[in-house]
Amino acid sequence: MSEITATALASAPPYPSAKKGWVKKSVLPGFGLSLGLAALYASLIVFIPLAGLVLKALELSLPELWAVISNPRALASYRLTFGAAFTAAGINLFFGLIVAWVLVRYDFFGKRVIDALVDLPFALPTAVAGIALTALYTTKGWVGQWFWLADIKIAYTWLGVTVALTFIGLPFVVRTVQPVLADLESEVEEAAASLGASRWQTFSRVLLPALLPSLLTGFALAFARAIGEYGSVVFISGNMPYKTEITPLLIMTKLEQFDYAGAAALGTVMLVFSFVLLLLINLLQHWSHKRTGG
Amino acid sequence: MSIQVRNLHKHFGSFTALNNVSLDFPTGELVALLGPSGCGKTTLLRIIAGLENPDAGSVLFHGEDATNVHVRERNVGFVFQHYALFRHMTVFDNVAFGLTVRPKETRPTKEFINKRVHELLELVQLDWLADRYPHQLSGGQRQRIALARALAVEPKVLLLDEPFGALDAKVRKDLRRWLRRLHDELHITSIFVTHDQEEAMEVADKIVVLNKGQIEQIGTPDDIYNNPASPFVYDFIGQVNLFHSRVNNGWAHIGDYKLPAPEHNGIDDHAAIAYVRPHDIELSEQASDGAIAAQVAHVSTAGSVLRIELQHQLNSDVLHVELPRAQERSLNLSVGAKVFARPTISKIFLQK
Repeated sequence: MSEITATALASAPPYPSAKKGWVKKSVLPGFGLSLGLAALYASLIVFIPLAGLVLKALELSLPELWAVISNPRALASYRLTFGAAFTAAGINLFFGLIVAWVLVRYDFFGKRVIDALVDLPFALPTAVAGIALTALYTTKGWVGQWFWLADIKIAYTWLGVTVALTFIGLPFVVRTVQPVLADLESEVEEAAASLGASRWQTFSRVLLPALLPSLLTGFALAFARAIGEYGSVVFISGNMPYKTEITPLLIMTKLEQFDYAGAAALGTVMLVFSFVLLLLINLLQHWSHKRTGG
Repeated sequence: MSIQVRNLHKHFGSFTALNNVSLDFPTGELVALLGPSGCGKTTLLRIIAGLENPDAGSVLFHGEDATNVHVRERNVGFVFQHYALFRHMTVFDNVAFGLTVRPKETRPTKEFINKRVHELLELVQLDWLADRYPHQLSGGQRQRIALARALAVEPKVLLLDEPFGALDAKVRKDLRRWLRRLHDELHITSIFVTHDQEEAMEVADKIVVLNKGQIEQIGTPDDIYNNPASPFVYDFIGQVNLFHSRVNNGWAHIGDYKLPAPEHNGIDDHAAIAYVRPHDIELSEQASDGAIAAQVAHVSTAGSVLRIELQHQLNSDVLHVELPRAQERSLNLSVGAKVFARPTISKIFLQK
């Protein structure tokens, strides 16, 4: 009986799924439909507007385009935008880790309130945040007056821009690191200690590498968010050309002068920069993810 | 190195994990801490390791008080139930960790570390996995790597917390035999925690049975199995048949039936519990002195012994009997068949 079954199987034609195609056969139904919907959605919301942006910018001739995007005022704005966004994301990387650490590792009165406050920058209209921060950080503000004693001006300088971008980027690092940290068993730390590792060695060699992928994700998100931020920055920066003018504001200025092609050209520069930076961070992340096996 | 614990107390809120526990662990022995979950066995192990602080009492390593020595300086190897490997490090780096974190003055050379790690990986028979990451290994392999990692720092004591608890039955059996062989090679003082009595019996030189934060019995596996010190130990180690009885002049009376209890000769009418192990019962088709009349209710032939459940008149529980498979042929064991069961060994504990 078993022999008969065996022969029948051997002579059976190869499985139909063996046929070649670029779509892998899956038991989950609805692949075609969901892919179509996803493509439509992404096209309407992302690809077509971005393509429109690039097309609009290409209405300019190449020398004109180059003149717009390499204008000293534009160059200064790139420096400020990317520099302040990078600094702010860096600050959030460090303090976000500490906030996440405190929220995961310790129990204390008011923990839930702090946990809820972390999300506030998501919900608050950015203009409100900008006005509040400006009031705090001017030379007469609650916080700014103390810095002013040390001759440090925060509002209406690049420092102010960085403060605003730090505020809006705070939740990203905290929210990406928090679940990963909660997932790390304390046993791993105990194992390191029993093997003779000091507290610092345990942190730097055991915890930090495990948190690195999520830290990078949080950094990338905070950075991306900061590059595009407009609402909160315009209040605290003072918007002085060459000094405290961010690229999104420069784009707004061009739009107000009906220079749509020029605005689109600057937009395209930001698009390319952001894309390259995020790609780099993603590659870095992919590399560190592969090592831990995710 | 020998370990002593003296009068350990530990509470978690209102829960008492350890209640005045004192124990000696002689040099070079493999001791099992056995008990049901919540009995305090893991807490005791963690206090010995220095991962937990006792509320009162002391831990002595080789006669010296180590109660306040940090886990870092205790020089113990600790193996966790869920391995606790460093997942972003290769197997090699995991095993080398304990050597590479040493301060510069005492850190061995790269060549030495390299040699030592490969020796250890050979010892756990996984040298070919040195470049893999933990997530690429099976559970049994991970636990062996965790053991190699713990041994790398040449600990004076090896502590294992339910080391095979997360593994499947087959791997578990292989690994515990392997652990026993490893211990015979290394002769390092080892303590391991388990709730599996079979595991403790098979692996340990000595077993400490714990219940509700207190020691019930200490002894060799033979001792524990053949001379249980308390009803708890009798019940916990292996399957038992239990009868409520009254002891009167050297006999335990269970209804009309009686079991000999010569150790309670002078006792007059006292409540007691009688235990009979399933393999200490003989079955026969003829009635005889001291046999219980019964009826076959169920027979299981899947396994190395025959497992028979009998219905009888003494109480409403079924009587569990285990017989060698050879008797399958000499007895009529069809369901409903009449048989006579005669306990050959029984143990009677007076009730307090």
